Amino acid sequence: MSVATSPSFRRLLNEIGAVDSVGIEERVAKYGTRSLKKASKVFGLKLAVSMVDLTTLEGKDTPGKVAALCAKAQLPHEQSSSQANDYPTVAAVCVYPAMVRHARKALGGQSPVKIASVATAFPSGQTPLATRLAEVKAAVADGADEIDMVINRGAFLAGEFSRVQDEIAAVLAACGKSALKVIFETSELETYDNIRTASFLAMRVLREGDFIKTSTGKTSSNATLGNNQVMIDSIRDFYLETGIAIGMKPAGGIRTAKQALTFLVAVKETLGDAWLTNRRYRFGASSLLNDLLRQLEKEKSGAYQAPYHFSEATESY
Amino acid sequence: MSAAKAAKPSRRISRPAPELIFGDFWTFDPSPETADPKLKARYDLFIGGNFIAPAAGGYFASINPANEQRLTEIALGDATDVTAAYAAAAKAFPAWSRLPGAERGKYLFRIARLLQDRAREFAVAETLDGGKPIKESRDFDIPMSAAHFFYYAGWADKLAHAFPGAREVNPHGVVGQVIPWNFPLLMLAWKLAPALATGNTVVLKPAETTSITALKLAEILQEAELPPGVVNIVTGAGETGAAVVAHPGAAKIAFTGSTEVGRRIMRATAGTGRKLTLELGGKAANIVFDDAPLDQAVEGIVNGIFFNQGHVCCAGSRLLVQESVAEAVIAKLKNRMRVLRVGDPMDKNTDIGAINSREQLDRIQRLVATGSKEGAKLYQPACKLPPKGYYFPPTLFTGVHQSHRIAREEIFGPVLSILTFRTVEEAVEKANNTAYGLSAGVWTEKGSRILKMSTELKAGVVWANTYNKFDPASPFGGYKESGFGREGGRHGLADYVTTD
Amino acid sequence: MPRLPITKTPKVYVGGAFIRSESGRTFPLKNARGALVGHIPQCTRKDLRNAVEAAAKAGPGWARRTAYNRGQILYRLAEMIEARTAELTAALALGEPKAQPASLREVGATVDRLIHYAGWADKYEQLLGSVNPVAAPYFNFTVSEPMGIIGMIAPAEAPLLALISLIAPAIVSGNSVIALASEPRPFAAIVLGEMLATSDLPGGVVNLLTGFHKELIPTFATHQHLRAISGVAPIDERTTIERGAADSIKRVKLRPSEDSFDWYGPHAQGLDAIRDLVEFKTIWHPIGA
Repeated sequence: MSVATSPSFRRLLNEIGAVDSVGIEERVAKYGTRSLKKASKVFGLKLAVSMVDLTTLEGKDTPGKVAALCAKAQLPHEQSSSQANDYPTVAAVCVYPAMVRHARKALGGQSPVKIASVATAFPSGQTPLATRLAEVKAAVADGADEIDMVINRGAFLAGEFSRVQDEIAAVLAACGKSALKVIFETSELETYDNIRTASFLAMRVLREGDFIKTSTGKTSSNATLGNNQVMIDSIRDFYLETGIAIGMKPAGGIRTAKQALTFLVAVKETLGDAWLTNRRYRFGASSLLNDLLRQLEKEKSGAYQAPYHFSEATESY
Repeated sequence: MSAAKAAKPSRRISRPAPELIFGDFWTFDPSPETADPKLKARYDLFIGGNFIAPAAGGYFASINPANEQRLTEIALGDATDVTAAYAAAAKAFPAWSRLPGAERGKYLFRIARLLQDRAREFAVAETLDGGKPIKESRDFDIPMSAAHFFYYAGWADKLAHAFPGAREVNPHGVVGQVIPWNFPLLMLAWKLAPALATGNTVVLKPAETTSITALKLAEILQEAELPPGVVNIVTGAGETGAAVVAHPGAAKIAFTGSTEVGRRIMRATAGTGRKLTLELGGKAANIVFDDAPLDQAVEGIVNGIFFNQGHVCCAGSRLLVQESVAEAVIAKLKNRMRVLRVGDPMDKNTDIGAINSREQLDRIQRLVATGSKEGAKLYQPACKLPPKGYYFPPTLFTGVHQSHRIAREEIFGPVLSILTFRTVEEAVEKANNTAYGLSAGVWTEKGSRILKMSTELKAGVVWANTYNKFDPASPFGGYKESGFGREGGRHGLADYVTTD
Repeated sequence: MPRLPITKTPKVYVGGAFIRSESGRTFPLKNARGALVGHIPQCTRKDLRNAVEAAAKAGPGWARRTAYNRGQILYRLAEMIEARTAELTAALALGEPKAQPASLREVGATVDRLIHYAGWADKYEQLLGSVNPVAAPYFNFTVSEPMGIIGMIAPAEAPLLALISLIAPAIVSGNSVIALASEPRPFAAIVLGEMLATSDLPGGVVNLLTGFHKELIPTFATHQHLRAISGVAPIDERTTIERGAADSIKRVKLRPSEDSFDWYGPHAQGLDAIRDLVEFKTIWHPIGA
């Protein structure tokens, strides 16, 4: 039975409400008309830097690559000795489970930069639940502060919502004290109605400090203003209903500072000030960081910057 | 419940209801548009292809409602000037109407393209003159005006197709057009484009508080080498408009404005044989059902009443919300209103600009006071209004009933009156319970209900799951006391021609 | 000593780029004085095949543009042609002074023809579509859709005006096109490609081929992805095309080249040319609470 007609989907959607896609696109188009200048732009850029989950998820990742990533995460841009270093660190590094211990070694035990590990057979999720849970536990044991899991899209699209939710709960238990981010893989869920449904399914088992996340970055379509909006609308509705504040992470496809600022305007106007913090909002990105730094340097010096002034520690996401 | 459970007092930590914080953690710096509107120190009348001084030599000040500062002065046209304008239009009519349609079309294409070239300049002028946010002039008014010229340009050589079966399609002659202040350039485009495409010549009277973009457009008419006298623009006040409407040289009058003035025009033209189209006021119902996609419905409500400060004839000024979702919708609406930015229209981040004039602001304030007095409950988000200029915060009233003045009278400001309903029949009855009939909105996921509602609503435009959408190809106009005639689309040609 | 001008290498506009034939073959084009104008690509069925691929890729995006946007782009194409009237006139006259006035007239008529169709873009639907008053509680409406990829055969004469008169009514509704230029007078099509490239028209929406009918007509007739063939052709070509069309039920709208036709007259443009290349879809939806 297709998810669109299964009775449990219809009941759930009836409860939480449907989404009109043309209306969403119109709402998010308005964010693009916001004009951020001067101090407000610098504030937004720095906020965005602090929200980056600096990511490397390649088959060819090595301890050396991860160490370079961690160095960049802790000191995104070397500023001249005459200037105070007023750029924040990023929120976290995001790596594969096998690389977690190398990240922990590079960062040490006191770093403000967290270690996020993808797990649960990222990106496809297509392995038995037992192996997925074992992977989560291993990453946590190696020092992961956060786990980025993928939901079971096959089960979702087959209408098995209880199973999807139970698996999230099981992963949550395996996380222990580590925070959990739940990736929906929006390009595979396709419709905004599905994304809203997945949001509520997940949030109803999550804790404050956990996140819902758009995508793995491994498909052709990742975070968009549209799916970001659907998810933050869901977070807002859930918060106003229950008092539980869940975080949001758009991931993949956000490469420019201008895009990142537009996403932050969406958060500001939908969720308000309390979500403008890396405790509740992250960007899953890699090349974004250097574009944020370029724009920050341009605001400082007044001159457009050349890309080669900024260290390359990541592959583009 | 077992006795044991009931005996134990439950420990409930009472928490305050969760609320969103829309404060100043991250404020936006001013972001003014800096393009030069290239205003002249003084604007004369545009008659016979030239800018000429008014016969009596009088000018009136044009004020920027955002800060009450003077922008320029505008010629005060009187009956003599109106007569001169009609004479110029009559002189230009034979050649213009006999031009092959394709050639008339090319003039209109030129006007559209030149307006696109000077779009930013015109957007700034429109905002300074009328008070609407620069975001709206730039993204809506000016591009839509150019699009109207572009659309009707293409009809000029296709009139035989637009009226199948007609042996002849003939323009009326000279048409007199009087336009309002809420979309100055766009209303001018809505009037001029179909009139000219069909071969009429025009005498046009812009609104008193917003004459600048009309006279700037006259510069474009000169750049486009439009034959002199085809379009004549006479600025002035109420008497000037009355002279335009009453002049015997007009074969047809087209008017957009208040229903009250519409009545006066109908009386003035009675027995004269002059053809007439009127686009008047409205008090549209925006109807939200319990199965509507609520966030998008809220966005539609906001677009419906706060777009252009509510200075919109088809504004969704009455929200009819199904009782079962009323609380949810109103809560979402209030949160959405809290992030609307009221302020300097020239700031690119402003959502709600200035009220067009002192008079209009007074009217809004009076009607809002009446609303509270009649027992409706007012809500306005906290807003810092600029110290000078005419501003009013976005406002909603709950607990409104059909008999309240704020449910019946057009406020023409950013004020929403909210009523509830239980059934489809009740929604239809309440929506139609008005002398107006310009527009309506319906929000529901159910397609068949959309089609039933749109069949039964007595409104010239019905928006389903959207609001305030316009297109040159889409006919617009009212039922009942919202006027008669249609503008836009193939229908928009009909009132500018006679067919045999 | 007068400056030696360089000559332009004629290439055809396919998939938004300027190409030689994949076969590398060319044929020489001479002007009125017998001097060489250039070596024109002698396109093959593989070039046609590649053009169809390009049209297939560009078509859906073009069809999804708003009608207003398509109208604006056709108007922009007219602007490009108007601005280069002198060059196109020379491309038509090819050095024959007596041909100048007629060539100039052809360019002007081409601009006006494009403007005519630009104006149709956001209007034809209001005349071709309909709301149908069925005797049951349904909202019933008919809308038009572009057919897809159209093959076109231009006549020998009016090498610019006839070519545009075939192309414009097809693309205005969102079709994409492969047009075979006039066989004896291909040079205007070569120059037209440059105007298409600068007009904001996405690459692949219009593809122009030059070459010989006998080498290309059979493939126009049988390529299954072409949904329709329009244009002008003699009886033997019409028969070939109509036979080949049967396999994939192509719509065929060919005028006999034996009949004289006034490309400047009122029958050379209009709503019918658009209607010939659209499909009609009728949709029902219940009306009720």
